[in-house]
Amino acid sequence: MTGAGTVSEFLRRRSTTWILLVPMLAIGVLLHFFGTSLQVNIYTYFCVNLMIVLGLQIFMGNSGILAWTHVGWMGIGAYVSGILSMAPMVKSLGVPNMYPFLVQLQVPHPLIAIAIGGVVAAMVAAVIGWPLMRLSDAAGVITLFATLIVIHVILTQWDNVTNGPRTFFGLEEFTTLPVALVGATLVLLVARWYRESSLGLRLRASRDDRYAAAAIGVSVVQVRYVSFVLSALIAGLAGGTWAHFITSFQPKAFYIVETFMLLSMIVIGGQGSISGAFAGTALVTAAREGLRQVEAGINNAGVFTFEVYGLTELVMAVLMVIVLIWRPNGVIGGQEITWPIIKRRR
Amino acid sequence: MIDLEFAINTISLGSLYALLALGLVFVYGILKLINFAYGEYIMIAGYAMYVLGGFGYVPWYVTLLAAVLFAALVSYTTELVAFRPVRTKSMTAMLVTSFAVSIFLQNFVLITVSPRARAVKFPPVFSQTLTIAGATVPVRNLLIIGSTVVLLTLLTIVMKKTVLGIAMRAAADKFTTTRLMGVPANLVISATFIISGFLAGVVSVFWVSRSASVDPLTGSMPLLIAFIATVLGGMHSLQGAVIGGFVYGLLFNLLSIMLPATMISYRDAFMFVIVILFLLFRPEGIWRKGYTEERVG
Repeated sequence: MTGAGTVSEFLRRRSTTWILLVPMLAIGVLLHFFGTSLQVNIYTYFCVNLMIVLGLQIFMGNSGILAWTHVGWMGIGAYVSGILSMAPMVKSLGVPNMYPFLVQLQVPHPLIAIAIGGVVAAMVAAVIGWPLMRLSDAAGVITLFATLIVIHVILTQWDNVTNGPRTFFGLEEFTTLPVALVGATLVLLVARWYRESSLGLRLRASRDDRYAAAAIGVSVVQVRYVSFVLSALIAGLAGGTWAHFITSFQPKAFYIVETFMLLSMIVIGGQGSISGAFAGTALVTAAREGLRQVEAGINNAGVFTFEVYGLTELVMAVLMVIVLIWRPNGVIGGQEITWPIIKRRR
Repeated sequence: MIDLEFAINTISLGSLYALLALGLVFVYGILKLINFAYGEYIMIAGYAMYVLGGFGYVPWYVTLLAAVLFAALVSYTTELVAFRPVRTKSMTAMLVTSFAVSIFLQNFVLITVSPRARAVKFPPVFSQTLTIAGATVPVRNLLIIGSTVVLLTLLTIVMKKTVLGIAMRAAADKFTTTRLMGVPANLVISATFIISGFLAGVVSVFWVSRSASVDPLTGSMPLLIAFIATVLGGMHSLQGAVIGGFVYGLLFNLLSIMLPATMISYRDAFMFVIVILFLLFRPEGIWRKGYTEERVG
C-alpha cells in the first residue's frame, strides 16, 4: 500500500471524528479571533454542553438506561471544583456557614480543582453504582430518579458546604473558549473511543438484548457499572468546567429543568451515536438561544401585558415529542455519520 | 404519641396517597409506562378550580366536579396526542415523552396564567374542624377518608364485574393475548388514562385544598409521593398501590414525629433512600402478587 493510500485509509476509518471535530474546532478558532463576545459566550456554552451530553451518551446511549443522575454528578463536580478553586477569603464571604477546614482548602490551579471534582463524582458513583446497575426497566428508572432527588436534597440542605438553596458565587472565570474547546475535543475522543471499544460493544449488546448478551458471556452488570462510573467522571469534569464558566449557581441548576434540556439534546439528535449527541446539542443550543431572543423580544416590545417565561421549554417539549413520533431514534439515529456523507447508491 | 388524632390523620393521609398511587399504577399496569406527567394532571385540575372559582357565581360542587372531569379530559388528551403515537417505540421513548408532556403542561400554565401561585377558593367546610372523642380532626381529613372508601368500592366493582374492568385487568397481565381475544387496545388504554386522570382530579381537590393555592410546580410533590408509594406497595398490582399509599402515609407521619428538628429538612432524602433500598432488596414491593412485565408491542 502506498503512503497516500494509508493516510486516506486512516482518515476514512476515523471519518466520524474528523467530520465532527474539524468544523467544531474551525468555528471555535474563527470565533475566538473574530467573534463578538456574545457569540464567543454562546459557543463556549455549546462546547461545555457538548462535554456534558457526550458524557451522558457514554452511559445512556450505550446502555439504553435513562440516566437521571447525570446532572447530579455534574452538580457534585461543580461544587467540589468550586470549593477547591476559590480563595479562602471569597469562600468565607460567599458561604458564611462553611466548615473551617473547607474554607482553608485551596488547590493552586482551577484545572486541578476540576479534575478532583470529576474524581469525587466518579467515586460517589462507584460507591452507590453497583446495586443500581442490577436494576432494569421501571425499577431502574425510578431508582435513578430517586438518586437524583437524594443528591438534590443534600445539595439544597447541606448549608455548610453548598450554601444551601442560595446562590454559590465567586468562582474564577477559568473556562474560556479555548479551554472549552479542548475539553469538548477530549470528551469527544473518549466517547468515540469508548463506543467502539470492546467494553462499549459489550454494553451495546446488553442494551439491545440483555439476555442474549448475558448468554454470550457479557457480564451485564459489570459493563454497565464501568460505564456508569466513567460517565460520572466525565459529568463531574464537565460540571466543574461549567461551574467555572457560569461562576455562580444554585442547586436547582442540577435538577429537573436541566435534566430536561440534556435529555432533549440527546433524544432529538439520537442517543445511540456520537454524531447524534453532537447534532442534538448543536440543534438544541441554537434553538434555545433563538427562542431566548424571541422571548426577550416579546417581553421588551410589550406585546403582552405580562412577561413571557417558559416559552423555550414549551417549544422544546413539543419538538421532542414530534421527534420521538417521527424518528424515535433521533434525527441522526443510531448510526455514525461517516465519509463520504452522501453515499453513492450501488 | 399514637392517639386517635394521629390515627385519623394517618388514615386520611394514607387514603390520599393510596388514591394518588392508584392513578399512577393504573397506567403503569397496562402500558408499563411510568407517567411523569401524572403530577401535572393534579396541577391542571387545581388551575381549573382556580379559573372556575374566579367567576364567582359557579357553585362550589360544580367547580370541584368540573375540575375532576377536566383532569380526566387532559389525561385522555395527552394519551391521544403524545402517548399513542410512541406506544410501540422503545421504553425510553415513552418515558421521555411523558417527561416532555410534563414540562409542556407546566410551562403552558406558566405562560398562560402566571409563574406565581394563585389562590383557590374552597367552601368553608374544607377548613372546619370536628371534635371526636376528644380528638380535634379537620373535616377535610374525614372527607378524604369517605371519598377514598367510595372510590375504592366503585373501582373494585368496575374492575371485577364489568367487561371493561375485566378487559383492563387482563390487559395488564397479558396484553397481546387480550388483544387476540378481540379487546380493542386503544379503548382499554384510553379508559386507563381517563380513570388515572379522574383519580388525579380527586386527589387534586384535597391536595390543593391544604394550601388553598396552586402554582405550576404543584404537581411535582404528589408525583414523587406516588412513586414512593407504588414502589413500597408493589408496582404490579392495584392492591399493592393502595397498600403502598397507606404505608407511606404512616411512614411519613412517623418520620415527621421522630426525626430531630435539624434532620427534618432531609425527610425527602430519607424517603427516597427507603425507596432505593426497597427496590434493591424487595423489588416486588410489600404486595407480592400481581401481573407480569410485558409491554404493548
